[in-house]
Amino acid sequence: MTAAVPLRARLRRAHSTTQTGARRREGIIAVGMAAPAVLLLFVFVVIPIGLAFVLAFTSARLVSPTPARFVGLRNFAMLAEDPVFLRSVLNTFVFAAVVVPLQAGVALGLALLINARFRGTDFFRTVYFIPVVTSMVVVSIVWTLLYQKDGLLNRVIEAVTFGQVEGPDWLNDPSTSLAAIVFMSVWQGAGFHMIIWLAGLQTIPADLYEAASIDGVSRWTRFRYVTWPGLRATRTFVLITITIAAFSLFTQVNVMTQGGPLDSTTTVVYQAVRSGYQQQQTAYASAISLVFFVLVLIVSLVQRYLTREKD
Amino acid sequence: MSTRSSQSRATSGPPTAWRRLPVHAVRVVLALFFAFPVVFMLVSSFKPDQQIFGDLSGPRAFLPVGDLSLTNYTAVFERVPALRFLLNSLAISATTVVLGIVVNSLAAFALSRMRWPGRKLLLTLIIATLIVPFETFALPLVWWVNELPWLELNGFGLTLTEGWLDTYRVQVLPFVAHGFSIFLFHQYFQSIPKELDEAALIDGAGWFGIYRRIVMPLSGPAIATVAILTFLPAWNSYLWPLMVVQQEELRPVMVGIQYFFQLNPSWGEIMAYSSMITVPVLALFLAFQRSFINSIASSGVKG
Repeated sequence: MTAAVPLRARLRRAHSTTQTGARRREGIIAVGMAAPAVLLLFVFVVIPIGLAFVLAFTSARLVSPTPARFVGLRNFAMLAEDPVFLRSVLNTFVFAAVVVPLQAGVALGLALLINARFRGTDFFRTVYFIPVVTSMVVVSIVWTLLYQKDGLLNRVIEAVTFGQVEGPDWLNDPSTSLAAIVFMSVWQGAGFHMIIWLAGLQTIPADLYEAASIDGVSRWTRFRYVTWPGLRATRTFVLITITIAAFSLFTQVNVMTQGGPLDSTTTVVYQAVRSGYQQQQTAYASAISLVFFVLVLIVSLVQRYLTREKD
Repeated sequence: MSTRSSQSRATSGPPTAWRRLPVHAVRVVLALFFAFPVVFMLVSSFKPDQQIFGDLSGPRAFLPVGDLSLTNYTAVFERVPALRFLLNSLAISATTVVLGIVVNSLAAFALSRMRWPGRKLLLTLIIATLIVPFETFALPLVWWVNELPWLELNGFGLTLTEGWLDTYRVQVLPFVAHGFSIFLFHQYFQSIPKELDEAALIDGAGWFGIYRRIVMPLSGPAIATVAILTFLPAWNSYLWPLMVVQQEELRPVMVGIQYFFQLNPSWGEIMAYSSMITVPVLALFLAFQRSFINSIASSGVKG
């Protein structure tokens, strides 16, 4: 992609040394072209990020007759003593801890299954990808029906165990509600990361596989010493994107359980929306958002460190 | 993008039919697993509730058999302004996609093909915005858009209004500029020879002319990728409109269906509504599969 840079640079230099006016014009036009994007990013990304840091230390409300004032760490002190918030942090960690390896693993399995050349690769890839293009709201609604006490899932469980096992009321039982959301989330997201893994698999040089097959190594050895090391960059990306998505868990909870039963499915982002939007406590929600950001940042950095290049 | 020339490597030696059979069976079972809820949704949308639950214990749950009708669909339109929601989402997604392509490609063009001080730093800062998930600043952003002014054109001239809540623009403008779209365009533009620009400049073309007549027409794949990666989240957008849109007439489909879901309608109607907002995207995906897959694959390159 970057070939011919020296030549291009030389051409350009020769062409433009005598044209300071043209250079200045080029600069003005360039700034004009970049301005709309920069302005929008500034107003809708940079300022709100800054506001999260500012508002978290104030008493700001969404609609309020009195101006916000500085309250120091009060919001954070309240957070530390809010049992529902602490539960939401725990739930979020449990959700991420299960979803991240599970979804990455399922996605890698799918990618390996269809990476071989055979009739119908495209067909299977398309089918595995269907949940990804289905919106999470629709997925959550459809699975709410599947998860009903007398829903499809329990009928299947009943059928395969010849009526010996009676399925639980998945979403209304605090001991199964989070697991139900985990299962559905992996079903929805695996196809996305399958594509990322596939792209990673394509970057592994074919001659490594040829060498392995000449040596006659087993499938496992080939995976362990050729495929797995070759996927290092992809691995970091997959882990970090699933982690961020898992920490951001909101839609499924808002549609299926509203955080219940008994706060068993409430999450950090769900709590932020509840306090910031439904209760209009912008400051408290900003404090939650900051905690969320710090958690995501720490976990991503730890993952990046653990999957770093060891040499 | 990458070709599939290297795919044969995963099978070592001459694969025989009997050796491939178990693997193929796994593939088929997984295909059923990933497709069944969507098939169930589509099939159930044509059935009355009694039959949906009656069919659950057998394969009939996934077959379009029995008492099929469009009753559920007509009932949805009678209960809620579903068509309005669909048109809202269509307008919001289309505007976001078109503006996103123009705004981000213009910025990427300036950053990748023109020489001016600070462009490298600016690109780094733009990419840095990607580190922060939207959920971090979504709630401060609600507060912020409520404070933002807007110039309103009425009969007598311009008036200054405050607050962006309950508008179309609040559903579009925050999502137009995106660091990743700029990054994608930037990468793609780098691969187009800059000699083309030199030649055009000598021929008296302006920078905007180069952008419009040379670079953009050569950037079809990048435009498709950005279009898809902008369209999907715009169509599926839920958390944001849930917070900033109260008026029913401005609701997008995902918020619309969630409110519908809370009205406790029949399951058949819910499946009909779900199918209505899923089928258009599924159809787009099936029609432009390769572009979809490539755009998702390209979202992995930054890792």
